[in-house]
Amino acid sequence: MNAPLPTLLDIPDFCLVVLIGATGAGKSSFASRWFKPTEVISSDYCRGLVCDDESDQSASADAFALVAAIAEKRLKNRRLTVIDATNVRAADRKSWVELARRWHALPVAIVVDPGLDVCIQRNKARPDRDFGPGVPQRMIQEIHRGLRGLANEGFRQIWKLSSVQTIEAAAVERRPMWTDKRDDTGPFDVIGDVHGCLDELRLLVAALGYVVEGEGDAVAVSAPHGRKLVFVGDLVDRGPDVPGVLRIAMAAQEAGVAYVVQGNHDRKLSRWLEGRKVTVGHGLQESIDQLAQEQAEFRERAKTFLADLRSHYWLDGGKLAVAHAGLKEEMIGRGSPAVREFALFGETTGETDEFGLPVRLDWAANFRGSSAVVYGHTPTPDAEWVNNTICVDTGCVFGGKLTALQWPERELVEVPAARIYCEPARPLAPTPETRALQAEADRLLDHADVSGRRWIDTTLLRRIPIAEENAAAALEAMSRFALAPQWLVYLPPTMSPVETSARDGFLERPEEAFAFFRERGQREVVLEEKHMGSRAVVALCRDADVARRRFGVLSGESGQIWTRSGRAFFADGAECEALLARLRAACDSARLWETLATDWLLFDAEIMPWSAKASALIEQQYAPVAAASSIGLALAHAAAARAAARGVPVEALRDRLAIRAEKAARYGEAWKPYVWPVRSLDDLRVAPFHLLASEGATHFDKDHLWHMSIAETLAATGAQNVTTTRWRRLALDDTAACEEATRWWEELTEAGGEGMVVKPQDFIARGAKGLIQPALKVRGPEYLRIIYGPEYDLPEHLARLRQRGLGAKRTNALREFALGHEALTRFTAGAPLRKTHECVFAILALESEPIDPRL
Amino acid sequence: MYLSIVTTHSPATDLGFLLMKHPDRAHDVELSFGRGTVFFPQAEAGRCEAALILDLDPVALVRGRGGAEGVADQYVNDRPYAASSFLSVALNKAFRTAMTGVSRERPELAATAIPLEIVVAPLPAPRGGDLLERLFAPLGWTVEARRIEGADGPSRYVELRLAGTLRLADALGHLYVLIPVMDADKHYWVGDDEVEKLVAKGGAWLAAHPERETIARRFLKNRRSLARAALARLAPEAESEDGPEDERAPPREEALEAPLRLHDRRLDAVVGLLKEAGARSVADLGCGEGRLLQRLVKERGFERVIGLDASIRALERARERLKRDRAGVPSMERLSLLHGALTYRDARWADVDAVALVEVIEHLDADRLPTLVEIVFAAARPKTVIVTTPNAEYNALFDSLPAGAFRHPDHRFEWSRAQFHDWARAIAEGHGYSVAFSGIGEEHPDLGPVTQVAVFSR
Repeated sequence: MNAPLPTLLDIPDFCLVVLIGATGAGKSSFASRWFKPTEVISSDYCRGLVCDDESDQSASADAFALVAAIAEKRLKNRRLTVIDATNVRAADRKSWVELARRWHALPVAIVVDPGLDVCIQRNKARPDRDFGPGVPQRMIQEIHRGLRGLANEGFRQIWKLSSVQTIEAAAVERRPMWTDKRDDTGPFDVIGDVHGCLDELRLLVAALGYVVEGEGDAVAVSAPHGRKLVFVGDLVDRGPDVPGVLRIAMAAQEAGVAYVVQGNHDRKLSRWLEGRKVTVGHGLQESIDQLAQEQAEFRERAKTFLADLRSHYWLDGGKLAVAHAGLKEEMIGRGSPAVREFALFGETTGETDEFGLPVRLDWAANFRGSSAVVYGHTPTPDAEWVNNTICVDTGCVFGGKLTALQWPERELVEVPAARIYCEPARPLAPTPETRALQAEADRLLDHADVSGRRWIDTTLLRRIPIAEENAAAALEAMSRFALAPQWLVYLPPTMSPVETSARDGFLERPEEAFAFFRERGQREVVLEEKHMGSRAVVALCRDADVARRRFGVLSGESGQIWTRSGRAFFADGAECEALLARLRAACDSARLWETLATDWLLFDAEIMPWSAKASALIEQQYAPVAAASSIGLALAHAAAARAAARGVPVEALRDRLAIRAEKAARYGEAWKPYVWPVRSLDDLRVAPFHLLASEGATHFDKDHLWHMSIAETLAATGAQNVTTTRWRRLALDDTAACEEATRWWEELTEAGGEGMVVKPQDFIARGAKGLIQPALKVRGPEYLRIIYGPEYDLPEHLARLRQRGLGAKRTNALREFALGHEALTRFTAGAPLRKTHECVFAILALESEPIDPRL
Repeated sequence: MYLSIVTTHSPATDLGFLLMKHPDRAHDVELSFGRGTVFFPQAEAGRCEAALILDLDPVALVRGRGGAEGVADQYVNDRPYAASSFLSVALNKAFRTAMTGVSRERPELAATAIPLEIVVAPLPAPRGGDLLERLFAPLGWTVEARRIEGADGPSRYVELRLAGTLRLADALGHLYVLIPVMDADKHYWVGDDEVEKLVAKGGAWLAAHPERETIARRFLKNRRSLARAALARLAPEAESEDGPEDERAPPREEALEAPLRLHDRRLDAVVGLLKEAGARSVADLGCGEGRLLQRLVKERGFERVIGLDASIRALERARERLKRDRAGVPSMERLSLLHGALTYRDARWADVDAVALVEVIEHLDADRLPTLVEIVFAAARPKTVIVTTPNAEYNALFDSLPAGAFRHPDHRFEWSRAQFHDWARAIAEGHGYSVAFSGIGEEHPDLGPVTQVAVFSR
């Protein structure tokens, strides 16, 4: 007897393999030969897991529940999975097919059938299988009865291995699914619904740099710089030249420079070409008529082409998916009737609207996938990103335009329709503008997206953990006191103080800041005067329309100003608008809108005086300390003086009380420079020091010289309220310059200034050990008196205050910096609100950590 | 802080014997939180004065006793300077024997009432009111309190001068108990055994004191749960909302509405409406301390009751309240308390039959209100939604409420009936609900009810 030809089992690399075979058939050894141990879920093994006995049939129900649970998780994670059980009856297999469908995995059946004798023999050899020959015999009969029905049961591939030799000789080979073109990194040009608009298609591909040569069946397409076209489907129907469009698409696909997914119109035409009964409507007649003019041979080619189109493509390392009507996250790169159905028609409620068109469920509004989905099917006036999805059907055939999305550039190239080829059932004109589609989709944030223990992935620091209790504290603060999340796209990070100084009478000195950055490889730092006011983030739009469009706020505000904890800086909205108007005027004069090509700006600033926001704090906390300390110490000093005068040995006590009383008096003076009455807006001073972001860009990539120059430009306009920040550069290897800078700090602080902030010249600075503190504050001794109390600089107190730990503060400073950067990176890239919000929420959560607030 | 005790009982220098301190020496008192010194500025037969001075360690203070509790106030504060519980502790340490009324050298004098003058400064005392008088006068003291001036006007402290003829031990006992009573701030050293201490030092005079309840309450107040420490760092006002009661006006809304027993009536009415609607599952959004939940779990008809609030503190209290009630209510498993906010869509309650928003919407900023509407009426779409809110028109009838002011400091708005009806009708129209309006509480012929109600159904 000749050896049988080896069978090649050619299966998709993602599928659910159901092994079918009697006990002793050799399923497990077959599986172990061709699949990884983690891919194979054996019912025997699970039986063992739940009751320590692999042959205890009474545990079968639990064991199979476990098999199903594991299989479910694997399929959810898009992992090939093998069910190793006898699966002899159709009823046994039904649940596996259903499971495969649920996760859009191809169900594959492999029948392992070496014959009854072999099974009986193998069972005899195994001590735990003490049943007679009747058991395998009944199983094999059952399997044979079911063989013909496997396809009807839903298995998309059925492999039968009917002898010991075939089983031994069989080989399993996995291939990517047809839709899986992740290896192809493009770049791509994704083209919306063409519907026979040949002229516009030719103009569009020409604009994209493709060359279309030749006429008729000799047409050929060549692509620029390795680019590829991707058609979202609906090439046919309604329009003037369906065959011409098909020729270009076919030629491009044959030349290997195009992918084409199937649209619902393409499918219907394909079914008509196959001679199936279809209702002719929605422009199909145009295709039929135009194809009637063509040679039979072309019709044949078109038939094959249309019938073989894929439901969708998964491209560029998984970053891009293209489907006609869109695709849910859990369907991308998978295959099932449901996937094809969704890709062709989208998701509808089953109802129709006033124009007789199906009411669509807004899958895009709920989309959360990491792959961008580009689709067509529903004509919209403009292509607009929503949750990383974009519809590029801009209704060319209805007189709109033909749109291409360039990937990965994410740029749109459009060609207007020469005319209306077909009257749309629903008017294509945009509804009066409210806000961006993304803002509409972002109306609601989800509790589950902010609560509990969470991790946020950031580009600067990778994964940042947020503790559950901190998230809970942030939830209350955010929902009760903070501004609407649409405004709150950023919160400033906390800033660490410099290493503690050992110098007599000082807690903080500039020398340690210089050393810190010098040791971390920084050559140049920027020193900025630290204003003593209240931190404010200013979102400034050119007008309320911009605010609505860019931030999605419907309140009519033209900007907002908020505090470190996300609260409105001004209780009175009119006051906020008035200040914004003045800042806007400054930006007008400085021509910032034009320079940065933007209509909104986000500033990091300090607003003075401190007392404007902190008057309650001064009244409730600082002033009482001043009053209590000065009177108490004065009385005590007087009493001690009297006692000393009559000879009681309390001179030391008396003298110490005199020193303490003097410090108490200084305390009462310490905040005077930061307090002035605010009778009107004119009394407020705004010192912007970072221009954080504007349209399409964060400005973390600019160094502080740039940020300071922006601030100076604004102040130079002479605008009311805008004040400058004194600053200077410092080369850290220049000893004399460092000394001079120290003197500068001493002068600032002796004149009542809070101190200074030392920053690496680059906004984002990295050293050998990664991200470096973006700034350190060096506060003056009198300012620190407010923070640490009247007598903090008594030597015995200072000695202990020096034992402050900066580690937690620095960790938070870096994490909050990374989160703020991440929030703005996401915001400027047009990410969904929840993606920005989770970063801002996390900053607030980190701020609830118990860290010494004096740092 | 500074305390002095003067007597003119002749020979006045016997004060040294009573206090067991030699008038010509300085006496150090070691304390866990700093150091005290007792010395005599004057020691003559006609007049003798003892002073107790405290040098508290401000650094050790903010480090906290045992850590966590101190953290929220780890900042500069008046503790090292103001007369407070620290002074009481020092008093007890410095004059322990004298406080018991025992004197080895002058036992008879210790048992005798002698003329005394006492100065305590700076002592926290609320501006206005006569608390000092009420506390000390019944004990036989003549009370003089001089307000201490701060840089910007009167401070929160007084220099207290007491004069009277009393036993020294009694005088010290009064100071020991009443100084912390005056102090509105938190007493971090207050431990679990403080009740006993209070009774022990107070003895007979406390039991007979007309203000004994105020004294006990204030002496023991202000112990906070650690769970709220994190919030306190973010939202100090959330903390102060349930802070010391007697330093501020009682919550305005409750005080205004108290005579009407309005809140109880409001809740009973809401329960009635929910029953009428045939709801089997109810979410009380903004449940606060759970007073509506308390009623709902008692009704068998409600199979699932959910309370949601943004305030961790309120939920803690709700949990306590409902636990107290557990006896006789077997089906607590029907109830769940959720921490969540009305500005986030939340699958945990989205499937209920009915939603109650009782005195909640007015706590949301106007620009967040559409979000709440969207979450309730567009996303969750329960069959019934009950909304109650103050009727701003009725406010005119509250004598103590200034015109234009709100009933509660956290209210972001209060609506007239027309404003509320417009808002509710627009929601009903936009989301396919019908709406009916009613009122709760006394109804004024022109100004309408105290509370207005909208019942939405679909």
